[in-house]
Amino acid sequence: MPLISLVLWLPAIGALILIYGVKGDTPQAHENARWAAMWATSATFVISLFLLFGFDARDTGFQFVEEYQWLEGLTYKVGVDGLSLPFVLLTTFIMPLVIYASWGVTTRVQEYMASFLVLETLMIGVFVSLDMILFYLFFEGGLIPMFLIIGVWGGKDRIYAAFKFFLYTLLGSLLMLVAMVAMFAEAGTTDIVQLLRHTFPSETLTVAGFQIAGGMQTLLWLAFFASFAVKMPMWPVHTWLPDAHVQAPTGGSMVLAAILLKMGGYGFLRFSLPMFPVASELLTNFVFVLSCIAIVYGSLVAMMQEDIKKLIAYSSVAHMGFVTLGIFAANRQGVDGAMFQMISHGFISAALFFAVGVVYDRTHTREIRAYGGLVTRMPVYALIFMLFTMGNVGLPGTSGFVGEFLSMMGAFQVNTWAAFFAATGVILSAAYALWLYKRVIFGEIVRVELRDIRDVTPREIAVFAPLIVGTLALGVYPSLATDIFGPSVAALLESVEAQRAAADAATTFAQN
Amino acid sequence: MGPGDLSVILPELLLAVSAMGFLMIGAFTGEDRQAGNLTFATAGVMAALGLVLILGESGRHVAFNGSFVMDEFARFAKVMILWSSAAMLALSRDYMERRGLLRFEFPVLIALATVGMMIMVSAGDLMALYLGLELQSLALYVIAAFRRDGVKSTEAGLKYFILGALSSGLLLYGASLVYGFSGSVRFDSIAAVVQAEGVSVGLTFGLVFLCAGLAFKISAAPFHMWTPDVYEGSPTAVTGFFATAPKAAAGVLFARVLYEGFGDAVEAWRQIVVFIAILSMFWGSVAAIGQTNLKRLMAYSSIGHMGFALVGLAAGTAAGASGLLIYLAIYAVMNVGVFAFMLSMERDGRPVVEISDLAGLHKTRPGVALALGALMFSLTGIPPLAGFFAKYYVFLAAVEAGLAPLAIAGAVASVIGAFYYLRIVKIMYVDPEGEPLDDRLPGLNSAALAVCALIVGLGWLPIFSGFGVTDVGAAAAQALMAR
Repeated sequence: MPLISLVLWLPAIGALILIYGVKGDTPQAHENARWAAMWATSATFVISLFLLFGFDARDTGFQFVEEYQWLEGLTYKVGVDGLSLPFVLLTTFIMPLVIYASWGVTTRVQEYMASFLVLETLMIGVFVSLDMILFYLFFEGGLIPMFLIIGVWGGKDRIYAAFKFFLYTLLGSLLMLVAMVAMFAEAGTTDIVQLLRHTFPSETLTVAGFQIAGGMQTLLWLAFFASFAVKMPMWPVHTWLPDAHVQAPTGGSMVLAAILLKMGGYGFLRFSLPMFPVASELLTNFVFVLSCIAIVYGSLVAMMQEDIKKLIAYSSVAHMGFVTLGIFAANRQGVDGAMFQMISHGFISAALFFAVGVVYDRTHTREIRAYGGLVTRMPVYALIFMLFTMGNVGLPGTSGFVGEFLSMMGAFQVNTWAAFFAATGVILSAAYALWLYKRVIFGEIVRVELRDIRDVTPREIAVFAPLIVGTLALGVYPSLATDIFGPSVAALLESVEAQRAAADAATTFAQN
Repeated sequence: MGPGDLSVILPELLLAVSAMGFLMIGAFTGEDRQAGNLTFATAGVMAALGLVLILGESGRHVAFNGSFVMDEFARFAKVMILWSSAAMLALSRDYMERRGLLRFEFPVLIALATVGMMIMVSAGDLMALYLGLELQSLALYVIAAFRRDGVKSTEAGLKYFILGALSSGLLLYGASLVYGFSGSVRFDSIAAVVQAEGVSVGLTFGLVFLCAGLAFKISAAPFHMWTPDVYEGSPTAVTGFFATAPKAAAGVLFARVLYEGFGDAVEAWRQIVVFIAILSMFWGSVAAIGQTNLKRLMAYSSIGHMGFALVGLAAGTAAGASGLLIYLAIYAVMNVGVFAFMLSMERDGRPVVEISDLAGLHKTRPGVALALGALMFSLTGIPPLAGFFAKYYVFLAAVEAGLAPLAIAGAVASVIGAFYYLRIVKIMYVDPEGEPLDDRLPGLNSAALAVCALIVGLGWLPIFSGFGVTDVGAAAAQALMAR
């Protein structure tokens, strides 16, 4: 049974049914659209659980592989391994929550829901593609629904944000496309499994008078970096993220933070590190510097924000810095930590953006100054918000701790200074997160509008509950996740080590 | 000349004869009474000929001592030309009727232009090349000025004629130099001379002038100046026609001249093609940003797209030729879709072509907005839409030929270009509605729009796999390389 194709295309089919089946602008039609989307995403989640049950973590190869002829030179090949399965599950898990969180949308509901369903297909596609161009297709295709989600249902400056998001990401992606084409020309295949076995040349090249150490690998690495760093987003190409987050509707922000950002990290793990190991080694310090700047600068900027969403957006930049740090440390702790951090951030950031959405729906402002004293009127909300603030800080017992700790430990073995700066980031994250909490939740209620604000509704609790469970479960028992991706990470690092050793040997041989 | 020769040019003959037959019918029934029927009849003949070409026997046939070559490459191009001409002709009927322009000369002229294009893509020597090109161009000059009493239309026709004559002059001068220095007008003899003696200075001169003339015909920068004015001034139906078949024909002809005549001297012409490709991609993208008129915008868009198509040509390999064919085919489909809609844009019964007229289209006609949005994203080159695969194949050819910087330039240009396509999507989906357009989309146009949007939107997903166009294109390119 083509399980992966089913998970992959079910949301898109749901979107088609929704667009053609649910007509009209009546409340009833809107309700039908919401439920259709809910059913489609829930069914996708349930089916994706079968992937988890059938998955053999000890097998580090790709499983559930399906392969068909596609266009000349390209194949439709999908499958999962330990690195991609967690992201597939994260996507299918988050999407029903996003749909449920978007229950309050009342304009163009059918199209809103259809955009999210199409987006889900494209996001899952990124993680399951085993053909490079198929990967690119999903990676870039996600821009279209996201452009519409921000542009049509976003806030006041949505047009600017949507264009910035689209063009920024497109430029990076197109450079990656050129690199992919060059890889096809070099290796003669677009099959990711074969590309992972292919060794790309790393002899020093001279381009326009510049000596390029690492040769072709470095050039390809840089092109992929242009794309993934924007998506991640890394400093200094992160500037689209705060704009996009602030302007996007709550559901859009949740998807953006929880899943779209992870595509960059996944890309690094799927392409940059294993396919260009020599270049990754050469450029490790470059990535470390950018990551440390992202962590420290992101945290400092987050502290000074006056808009809650912007604050969380900058904190995402900082947290993604840990991910890149861990990945390019290229050791077991580092990569495990990066994987874990991405999954954990998926839960926590989605919850935080939803938490902002909850109060925004009531007060229609995201300014921190407009709040204060919510604890007296919204005790349950205060509790939930506290939990995710702690997760964001990285308190032991929440999933945030495990990821940050592991990635720092990995970085420490490679570069002490990197770990040092990353650790300051943890302190700073406590500062901005707790300060935010204090300003929003504690104190006296000064605003008249907040006097009779309602606490969380059952619907909102239903969205929070799975995220709470996920955050705590992973924090208390991290093996839930590490058991899935651990063996694959180990295999990946083994092949990276082997390729680096071979390249070193070749260089030494050439010198003698 | 023998009966064998005639059987090779049978499709051209049939089309030419039917055009003349229709001319007679039109002239003798008088008063343009049959014009509508003749339009459909011509479109039908062209569509049927395309089908015959697909089903007919394959292989390479040479006629008239090598001046006319019918091979897989020409077959692909002819089907593309015939079908896009047929589509634009059928779509234009409603528009022409409502504008009072429905005269029987229109289908006849289009048919003759199409015959010219078919000769162009089959040209085996410089004479056939010029013959086809001029037959096409002369017909196009006339239909550009088809609204005889309109200032803009006559201006467009005149501009097109004068600049077109200039470019034909350049081309002829180049052809004469090539003839003088190689001793033959036939592409295979020229190729033999090039192979034996290399490219002499005189041949290089000739080649440059040939390229300049051909670049004019495909409206590549820096020979693009006529395009925006002609696109804007001509009746929209004519603009739609300009944007599809003639572009494809000239692009294919360009490939044939360079590959067949100078295939062994790629480095002699590569830098010319690279230069005009880069210039077209960037100029088409940058200059389109400021446009407010949809027709002018499509003109700049076509300049940019021709630049991308030339990226494939610059590779000088089989992959490049097949990339070019695939690009032109996809581009034609996208344009037919866009123009199917533009032809129906009216407010209070009068045609409108401003981009701002699309504001709020999503509210009034969601289906149309969705289809048009898909076409716009495809023109941008976003996967999984067809436009992406067009770009993918030309980039692939360029990188394989060692032209990675050209591909990178193309990538940057398409980001710039993305801006104005996205702006159209934004205007349709986000901007507050102005005065709505008339709620009127003839059945034929809406069918064409839907079919094109579906081909572009879903046709390249793994289930349909582009309907095998890539395989056919690759086979056609092989035929060109085999010579």
